Amino acid sequence: MAAELPGLAIEKHFYDVVVVGAGGAGLRAAIEAHEQGARTAIVCKSLLGKAHTVMAEGGIAASMGNVYPEDNWQVHFRDTMRGGKMLNHWRMAQLHAQEAPDRVRELEDWGALFDRTPAGLISQRDFGGHRFARLAHVGDRTGLELIRTLQQRAVQLGIDVFMECTVTKLLTDDEHGMVGAFGYRRESGEFIVWQSPAVILATGGIGKSYKVTSNSWEYSGDGHSLALKAGATLVNMEFVQFHPTGMVWPLSVKGLLITESVRGEGGVLKNSEGKRFMFDYIPEYFKAETADNEAEADRWYDDHSNNRRPPELLPRDEVARAINSEVKAGRGSPHGGVFLDIASRRTAEDIKRRLPSMYHQFKELAEVDITKEPMEVGPTCHYVMGGVEVEPDTAAAKIRGLYAAGEVAGGMHGSNRLGGNSLSDLLVFGRRAGASAASHAAEQKATTPRVTDEALAAARTAALAPLERQGGENPYTIHAELQESMNALVGIIRTESELQQALDKIASLKQRIQNLSVEGKRRYNPGWHLALDLPNMLTVSECIAKAALERHESRGGHTRDDHPTPSPEWGALNLICSEADGSVSLTRQPLPQMPDDLATLFKETPA
Amino acid sequence: MTYQAKLRVWRGDAEGGGLRDYTVEVNEGEVVLDIIHRLQATQAGDLAVRWNCKAGKCGSCSAEINGRPRLLCLTRMGDFDENEVVTITPMRTFPVIRDLVTDVSYNYEKAASIPGFVPREKGPDGVHRMQQVDVERSQEFRKCIECFLCQDVCHVVRDHEDNKKVYAGPRFLMRIAELDMHPLDNLDRRKVAQENFGLGMCNITKCCSEVCPEGIHITDNALIPLKERVVDRKYDPLTWLGAKIGRRPHP
Ligand SMILES: Cc1cc2nc3c(=O)[nH]c(=O)nc-3n(C[C@H](O)[C@H](O)[C@H](O)COP(=O)(O)OP(=O)(O)OC[C@H]3O[C@@H](n4cnc5c(N)ncnc54)[C@H](O)[C@@H]3O)c2cc1C
Ligand code: SF4
Ligand code: SF4
Ligand code: FES
Repeated sequence: MAAELPGLAIEKHFYDVVVVGAGGAGLRAAIEAHEQGARTAIVCKSLLGKAHTVMAEGGIAASMGNVYPEDNWQVHFRDTMRGGKMLNHWRMAQLHAQEAPDRVRELEDWGALFDRTPAGLISQRDFGGHRFARLAHVGDRTGLELIRTLQQRAVQLGIDVFMECTVTKLLTDDEHGMVGAFGYRRESGEFIVWQSPAVILATGGIGKSYKVTSNSWEYSGDGHSLALKAGATLVNMEFVQFHPTGMVWPLSVKGLLITESVRGEGGVLKNSEGKRFMFDYIPEYFKAETADNEAEADRWYDDHSNNRRPPELLPRDEVARAINSEVKAGRGSPHGGVFLDIASRRTAEDIKRRLPSMYHQFKELAEVDITKEPMEVGPTCHYVMGGVEVEPDTAAAKIRGLYAAGEVAGGMHGSNRLGGNSLSDLLVFGRRAGASAASHAAEQKATTPRVTDEALAAARTAALAPLERQGGENPYTIHAELQESMNALVGIIRTESELQQALDKIASLKQRIQNLSVEGKRRYNPGWHLALDLPNMLTVSECIAKAALERHESRGGHTRDDHPTPSPEWGALNLICSEADGSVSLTRQPLPQMPDDLATLFKETPA
Repeated sequence: MTYQAKLRVWRGDAEGGGLRDYTVEVNEGEVVLDIIHRLQATQAGDLAVRWNCKAGKCGSCSAEINGRPRLLCLTRMGDFDENEVVTITPMRTFPVIRDLVTDVSYNYEKAASIPGFVPREKGPDGVHRMQQVDVERSQEFRKCIECFLCQDVCHVVRDHEDNKKVYAGPRFLMRIAELDMHPLDNLDRRKVAQENFGLGMCNITKCCSEVCPEGIHITDNALIPLKERVVDRKYDPLTWLGAKIGRRPHP
């Protein structure tokens, strides 16, 4: 389907559905769109199989009830909403909880091999905030299993994949909404355009705006920013998840993730005095379901029905804040974290079998044997709850023909995501996005939309600017400054003055990127690639800082030192970001109202 | 703990290139990829390298360090003497695109040509039941992060471009073995393994297993058993069935 566009010499393709992103969400969306009969293309920045999803460790949350038959979608729904401090879009949380089990079983039909229970079913493990053991997993490399399974399925179906291509602009017109996507091949630096009436964003998150992060270079918030620039809206951007357990030493690996399964498998957090400090940080909100003594907490691993959950397995925002406080109070570990101890709690053999990649990671990168010594851990920027505002049932964004699924979509996780709920989110909403995009494209077929030469010429000129400029700013320097600021000023604990400072910094960096220049040519040039990612990082950083400044309360992944408690008024509001003339503006929007039959699920007190 | 390391990095593209010397700062605990990144940020902004996870999980950052195929993110600078020159070159078996980035499409083409998974029917209760011991054999191979270091090192293709047409390489022969040992898969792939993917050309030197960053026993647990089954197939289907059910992997 490729054709040269006369005059501009840009490689051009025609599809019904273009999926931007080849992580779990993108692959699942593409499979569905293809199966619904749409001519589908996948575009991704890295090689196939390398997207962030590959790094997920712990598991996929789905109430299959293989280990605890009492589990069901209502309990999962309730856990998810409470974990998100009720700011989640109830309908997304409902669909997610209802459909996750089928999505996991479907992976098995496509060749996935999950760990098994003694009865031969898919095994399920414990994770923070989940009332029952609910995470389907493969050791601690669940993401690899998920992405490989979907990748192999997509390849088997013959879906076209454009690897190592970066989309830099969504193309729209007033009549049709979405008409295509524009980007470049990283390898050659040549431009490329996909013309299509439906585009699905599945680009993942934003963590590369932070210095200490578990995220890779790909997480420059491209999808968030592309959507905003095309006229769509973002929701919940103030909520950024800091995972409590990142590595802190050596510096080279600071931020690298240590899976929550270490705690799910029995690992506990201790301060420099050897105290299991999490018992001091049980919030009122979770008191009824959290063990207040070590004996009960320890019994829970074998019997969830008669004991309450250990406080180490509180939702991530709670644990991250607790670690932060311990370190601030001077009870931290030598390199500014706390201790995560599994060595004294499980046998070496069990640790190696259940947490093989953690064992490997510490051995190789920190020369620590986790079967003998505790790990040093501290919070790391991990996940963005905020994302493109979508319609729950269809994953449709506010622009016709634009869809979003996975981490780039917002609403599902409210103010804080539970572990394991992302991988299931990718599958549930990836599939829904694929189906809606395919049916939208089918309706559009008669009127083939057009991409204009002027639009392409403008996109190309913008992309080439940093290569043509001499003696301007170095993109690596600007990136480092942004990361420092976001980490220091828009981190776990926020205040008005620091947020204001961050916004000033972002404004000045936005000026400076007008003058970026990079050395070298177009062929596989990382400096140039970074120069093109920077505007996206600045846009999402601005969204996060602005929304964080506006929300005068503390909730989930947003803690304000100057507004330390949740407020009922804010608990009924979402902040929506939109963009006009290159700057972000906010509107307050009432939370969608949960129907009564679901609302009653929150009245009963938990066991 | 900080010192200045001597680095020699291959720079160039398909048209040609050569080794270039750099002096770069190294701090405690850093891996080679950190040093490459520092080089990019301070001296060579356009130095091409692939990476994603920086944790040995994605298999993007494959290259050759002092001639040995390795992941840049799992190779610690501490493994080398401070005065030693560390030489970093792209994987030799694949065509260079630029600097440390190679064209690995050979691997994606082989992956696409392998007959896909064909599951058996579900049990009467609508689920697939499998025991842990039975999934473990294929699980070992599914740990593969597709770094293609084994493909890079295997002598069948390393110096014999022509063989690429007829030889899938250890990673993809292992994929066939994985499907062959998969408890749910129903397709017999022994014939294609031999005839279309060149299983017979592997002479079990085990170089692939030695470089695998995941420590997968590619030769012992995948290739040799697959070879045995190919032989069995010619005589007795029952032996094959026995092998499929009875074999346990190398520890
Ligand atoms: C270390 C780690 C461990 C985790 N563990 C778990 C876990 O155990 N359970 C769980 O549920 N969640 C976990 N998560 C979270 C979860 O893995 C991610 O949220 C999820 O994988 C995101 O998937 P995705 O499909 O949305 O995006 P990704 O998998 O990140 O894929 C994004 C895709 O978009 C492409 N892309 C981005 N921008 C562009 C562009 N401009 N042009 C073209 N392509 C583009 C990328 O190349 C990539 O292919 C973990 C996350 C990390 C970092
Ligand atoms: S054992 Fe076979 S596949 Fe592995 S390196 Fe030797 S010849 Fe190649
Ligand atoms: S088998 Fe090992 S060496 Fe080969 S691609 Fe997979 S992980 Fe890499
Ligand atoms: S960067 Fe992922 S394996 Fe090295």
